[in-house]
Amino acid sequence: MRTGPFWTHLRTPIRGLVDEIATLYEGHPISASEAFADFHVSIAPPISLRRWFRPKAQFLADGIEPFHPLPFDQALPMFEWGLNWCVATYVNHFLIVHAAVIARGGRAVIMPGAPGSGKSTLAAGLVNRGWRLLSDELTLISLEDGSSIFGLARPVSLKNESIEVMRRFAPSATLSRVVHDTAKGSVALLKPPAESIAQVAEPARPAWIVFPKYLSGLPALLEPKPKAAIMIEMAKNAFNYSTHGARGFAILADIVDSCACYKFTYAGLDEAVEIFDRLESRH
Amino acid sequence: MPALTKPWRSSIAWNRATDRVPALADAAPLQRTKHGGEASSSRVLLRDALHSLHRRGAVAVQDWDLLIRQARRAGLLARLGYELADSGLLRSVPAGPRHYLEGECIVAEKHARDVRWEVRQIKVALAEMGAPIVLLKGAAYTLAGLPPARGRLFTDIDIMVPYESLGKVEAALRRAGWDSGDLTPYDERYYRRWMHQIPPMTHVLRGTAIDVHHTIVARTTRHRLNARKLFETTVPVPGDPTLRTLAPADMILHSATHLLNEGEFERGLRDIDDLHLLLRHFGADPDFWPLLLERAAELDLKRPLYYAMRYAQRFLGAPIPEDVANSARLAPPGAVLRPVMDRLFDRALRPTHASCRDALSGLALLLLYLRGHLLLMPPHILVPHLLRKAFRGKPKEPEPRPGLGNPF
Repeated sequence: MRTGPFWTHLRTPIRGLVDEIATLYEGHPISASEAFADFHVSIAPPISLRRWFRPKAQFLADGIEPFHPLPFDQALPMFEWGLNWCVATYVNHFLIVHAAVIARGGRAVIMPGAPGSGKSTLAAGLVNRGWRLLSDELTLISLEDGSSIFGLARPVSLKNESIEVMRRFAPSATLSRVVHDTAKGSVALLKPPAESIAQVAEPARPAWIVFPKYLSGLPALLEPKPKAAIMIEMAKNAFNYSTHGARGFAILADIVDSCACYKFTYAGLDEAVEIFDRLESRH
Repeated sequence: MPALTKPWRSSIAWNRATDRVPALADAAPLQRTKHGGEASSSRVLLRDALHSLHRRGAVAVQDWDLLIRQARRAGLLARLGYELADSGLLRSVPAGPRHYLEGECIVAEKHARDVRWEVRQIKVALAEMGAPIVLLKGAAYTLAGLPPARGRLFTDIDIMVPYESLGKVEAALRRAGWDSGDLTPYDERYYRRWMHQIPPMTHVLRGTAIDVHHTIVARTTRHRLNARKLFETTVPVPGDPTLRTLAPADMILHSATHLLNEGEFERGLRDIDDLHLLLRHFGADPDFWPLLLERAAELDLKRPLYYAMRYAQRFLGAPIPEDVANSARLAPPGAVLRPVMDRLFDRALRPTHASCRDALSGLALLLLYLRGHLLLMPPHILVPHLLRKAFRGKPKEPEPRPGLGNPF
């Protein structure tokens, strides 16, 4: 299966997982004869006695086990975490920032943020109101021109309260079943809009960097943030910034230079959509 | 995980790419040299590719997908990238695999920068000692600019200091932030009484690891190797008189005994390729070979040198002069043992990838592991040691986190 620039070769005996992936990834190309796969993933019950009484699922990336097996029920979120791990571990032909990224008219908003900052929820909300999803976790910056951002258009991972929020906000969106008691609480995956998947091969240019923060009970607030601070934060959030040495610095500095940079606190998605729409028409 | 059995081949993409490169398009399937001996499993793509590239020969890669995976597991992805680049072939590799070859070269450059920086920290920490620091293995190759440095990934830095200075060195490293963590009293004693190094130390802030050696073989082996001989012949690192490396012959003997006598083969193919590169590099001077043989005899490391030369030649095409390879001075194993060892080492010196395993692999690795321990310790130490290891089980490793962690 191809998601953006990567082919993933998946092997699993778990029928239910295949069905769930088929639903959430509908529209991504599938091939049985592709010459080269970026990642070779297997999800299967590990070979042990446990498989007979409390079955677990084990994620392997070409024989390497990055995480301990999880309960069978969590195979789907594990597939998502595992694919993220593969990109973050093996890919160095992009500069990769841990950030959500969405775009409109070819211009991208990069949204770095600590887990729990609400970047996935915000991205999910915006892509259901006209923005295009590139990724809710991984911003892939091309090393060839130092600025094109490539998307994956993979499902958005929603946690805990966000699941209900999104159900109300976008009732027609496709959500996976909710998986409870994972390391991150309850998790559900949101299928990206069909247009996001159809346009996944088109790169976007970075135009804004926004650090989101969910803060309940206050009106949404978009404030400029100094570029030096943004640069430090971007470097901290990049998976392979130091690997690329001086080049990594130059690319990141150019991007920060060329973007309008903000800090954004929000409590509700409707308000957020309005502010992002205004932001887009202003610049 | 079962090996990929589907025809996951790249013939279409590859043919298109080869149109412009006759060396690739015309390549016959990999041929073994006349020294080649038995053909190994054709699934060990990486060994065959390196064998051919080292001789600047043509490569016909049918399956880039599998080659990349084998090279990644063997820790040789960047070296493969550099070899392809040196042969002018990298540009014609299909984009998918090429991205990973180029990406890993960038990672290797980063490791080389980090190692140089880390060696500077070690120098500062040990400056008060006033004694030169002898670098071993990867750090030595990198700082001395030797061929195995290219494309190398590091997990630690190895240095060697005289036995008498161990206490002072360890204390100085502790003051500078390295620490050996919580060891059981058994582990502590295991290292200090029996090993050729003190317990590995990790820097508390940077997470970088250092192994401090005082000789190159464990104290429990039957080798009565006099470490002073190693120190006497060390050579300065070009451009830095405070750093030294082992003399060329000792460097090869150290690498050989480490790989072929210790029974751990996680990076077996990488290590035999290192040996191959060192033999090729130093062996370009014909005067080097008699020196190497003499030194092997002097340090009582003839057998590991024999195996190193044999397999570096057989699997990777190291250019060993015929009279050296067949020298009776090397004390080769007898006619019964030799084919057995050949079969065992063939399995051990492969990428540890599922696609390279065959029915004999498990047994071969077990036998070599036991052999390594038998060579390491006399039975009255070995048996309790293995029992202890068996009952204690594997130490729990912390759960790895994606993309984070230290650079080493």
